[in-house]
Amino acid sequence: MPRLTINGQSRDVDVDPDTPLLWVIREQIGLTGTKFGCGVAMCGACTVHIDGVAARSCGMPVSAVEESQNIVTIEGLSPDGSHPVQKAWLAHDVPQCGYCQPGMIMAAAALLAQNPRPSDEDIDSEITNICRCGTYNRVRAAIHTAANGGTQAG
Amino acid sequence: MTVQSNLSRRRFVIGSAAAAGGLSLGFGLPDAPSALAQASSSLPEVNAWVVIRPDETVVIRIARSEMGQGTLTGLAQLVAEELECDWARVTTEFPGPSESLRRNRVWGNFSTGGSRGIRESERLVREGGAAARHMLVAAAAADWGVPAEQCRVAKGVITHPASNRSVTYGAVASAASRMTPPSSITLKDPKDWTIAGQPLPRLDTAEKLTGKLVYGADLQFPGMLNAAVKACPYSGGKIASYDEAAVANMPGVRKVIRIGDATVAVVADTWWRAKTALDALPITWDEGPYRDLTSASIAETLNEGLDADEAFIGNRAGDAKAVLARSQRKVTATYAFPFQNHATMEPMNATALFTGDRCEVWVPTQNGEASLAAAAEAAGLPARQCEVHKLMLGGGFGRRGFQDYVTQAVTIARHFQGTHVKLLWSREEDMLQGYYHPTTQCRMSGALDDQGNLIALHMRISGQSILASVRPEGMQGGMDPVVFQGLTPNSPEGMLGYSIPDLLIDHAMRNPPIRPGFWRGVNLNQNAVYVECFMDELAHEAGIDPLAFRRKLMANHPKHLATLNAVAERIGWDTPPAAGVGRGLAQIMGFGAYVAAAAEVSVENGELKVHRIIAATDPGHVVNPAQVERQVEGSFAYGLSAGLLGECTVTGGRIDQENFDTYDVVRMVQMPKVETIMLPSGGFWGGVGEPTIAVATPAVLNALFAATGKRIRMLPLKNHSLA
Repeated sequence: MPRLTINGQSRDVDVDPDTPLLWVIREQIGLTGTKFGCGVAMCGACTVHIDGVAARSCGMPVSAVEESQNIVTIEGLSPDGSHPVQKAWLAHDVPQCGYCQPGMIMAAAALLAQNPRPSDEDIDSEITNICRCGTYNRVRAAIHTAANGGTQAG
Repeated sequence: MTVQSNLSRRRFVIGSAAAAGGLSLGFGLPDAPSALAQASSSLPEVNAWVVIRPDETVVIRIARSEMGQGTLTGLAQLVAEELECDWARVTTEFPGPSESLRRNRVWGNFSTGGSRGIRESERLVREGGAAARHMLVAAAAADWGVPAEQCRVAKGVITHPASNRSVTYGAVASAASRMTPPSSITLKDPKDWTIAGQPLPRLDTAEKLTGKLVYGADLQFPGMLNAAVKACPYSGGKIASYDEAAVANMPGVRKVIRIGDATVAVVADTWWRAKTALDALPITWDEGPYRDLTSASIAETLNEGLDADEAFIGNRAGDAKAVLARSQRKVTATYAFPFQNHATMEPMNATALFTGDRCEVWVPTQNGEASLAAAAEAAGLPARQCEVHKLMLGGGFGRRGFQDYVTQAVTIARHFQGTHVKLLWSREEDMLQGYYHPTTQCRMSGALDDQGNLIALHMRISGQSILASVRPEGMQGGMDPVVFQGLTPNSPEGMLGYSIPDLLIDHAMRNPPIRPGFWRGVNLNQNAVYVECFMDELAHEAGIDPLAFRRKLMANHPKHLATLNAVAERIGWDTPPAAGVGRGLAQIMGFGAYVAAAAEVSVENGELKVHRIIAATDPGHVVNPAQVERQVEGSFAYGLSAGLLGECTVTGGRIDQENFDTYDVVRMVQMPKVETIMLPSGGFWGGVGEPTIAVATPAVLNALFAATGKRIRMLPLKNHSLA
């Protein structure tokens, strides 16, 4: 039985080993903040962190993740929405329908962890998640705000 | 984690206060009140729109759906404006469509499309807020024994200055529910607004940042089963056979269910197992009557319509054909717009519970009443024994006005009485079972006089009618009037912004058997491409600046002209752009609003780069400028996805694209910076969520021509080399 470390907790999951991590997170662990968008790692709605690196969980079999690896979902990014990226997102009132936003926030948080002051070009190349509502301008602004350590929009 | 009563949206008082007091609206208790009766232990409503709790929380009921467009916040602002409550204490809830039917449709139309969410219900909700304020004040005045006219209200506190008394809304809400509603209401002049008209943050943001917001795809109930579904991908096709035994023993599988003659579902304990078994299920399709249908054959059919003698006329002045026939200076160009998929980020889904004599559905829907009707029909029950619990939508764009997934979910749930069943589509199902943006071609023919003035224009549209396929009752003598969005002589929904002495705009209806639907922006999208790109072609042929060329035709259309002038001025039309950069313009009216865009683009290494977009909109009134900005910005992501990247092609009678790997959309790297200019001129209510989409592509394509000399007439751009 695979054992996973999710949001700091060790969890045994009784699933077929080729079940995608996304569906283990959503259906076995019951954390539904990580979204299903495409199933082929094209849209990024399912983005989580594995040892701090953004990963698209829909295309990753659960067997590919070791217990020693630390999986963080949107629910584990902060206990109360206080991660700097979430605060910047709130300040810019980024989401529209919001469905892609957990993945977008996780992608942005991973980018900032590795590149604290990303340029616009860095954002273009690293944030490839799809948002059909078209929040991209606000996403970009919020990433810059978070990079600057602030929560003020503009 | 399970979702139960907190999502059931049953906190309505349908019996006690409303029926006992002066608010009875002629409805009785429901036939099967058990579930609803449990919830009626909550507080009395002041009226259908407003519930105020003792802790001063103001619950505003929102009938229209929230799919990201911000209507939830905007409508709440309009109610709160008239209610004079404390905005900081406002929260919202969705009333149920069945509840609305029991109350003589007190909440009006639930349908959320056509950019109507605010403009079509602003009066109703403002009156609802004002009526509630009257009743709250009347209750306080009665308690004090003073005339209501002597009382004042601010931020949810009623005062009687003469006696120096005050009371909060929460303290008088219960008494207010028994007051008689006012017989007449005077609404505030929008210039006096303090809550409406302000750039307030959305009410629904916080839960969207933490993963806590439960979308339909996320619902979980104890013991719930999960369903995956596959409908025949061939248009007009059906199931020939499938081998249920091959998957019956796969892990978690509970049942394989045939739905109608073209759809099969697998039900399992988890969705992943249902989907895995469905993928393993051997299915043979009967490909049906259209196996020879291809994009090329569709294009041929549409192309034939460009020359057809018979066509429905949408706008006519003078005799354009005669003037064109004798013109010495004629310009002709043919354009085409392909099928598009809505591709909402949240795939279609619905969760149903069927108990034999009741049916409940939890669904992200753009039309709660249509969902109720679909559920009742599939359940074989009267609508009053059904209820739809509306959820936030993970995108709608028109797709969630259709109810095929509700029908499927209820049909499946009937096999598992008493158990919740969640149906969730795969992305592949979503891409293959669309109601696609219609495909059309257009031949534009214009005649210029010696001075380069446009003296005659024939616009021949050939292609699909949405209404003929999905809403035939809206047809007018065989004609689909919606085809002419933005092109009409005088419709307040969208009139052509040019005066052309001899004009003919007609439609040769050609309906290839790929089902069309309302796709955000609808027919305005291609009409704006055809008209505005061709205006650029005419200006070029006339040797006149594209802005000056348009202005000569717009003297009688000041609101159209005002938005065009605004974007031209902001982008610096009178100054030369940077080297290698081209500028383009577009304007149109649709959904009751005037919109324009200006773009700056260049081509580097064969790739289009959109540097800057200026967009102007005059929707009459702006309820929340911050949300209007977001809708305008988002319109460029959606519009340019179609114009630059998006195309659903057809081979062998089915759509080719099954996921985002072959149906690409605008991402961060393609997204231009958008600057929004709001020009609300008052006196009318226009829409915001859709019209700007239409000007995105023509503004960019006109800029591309200015930069490169290349005309792109067959969309999308990705099929053309810019090298």
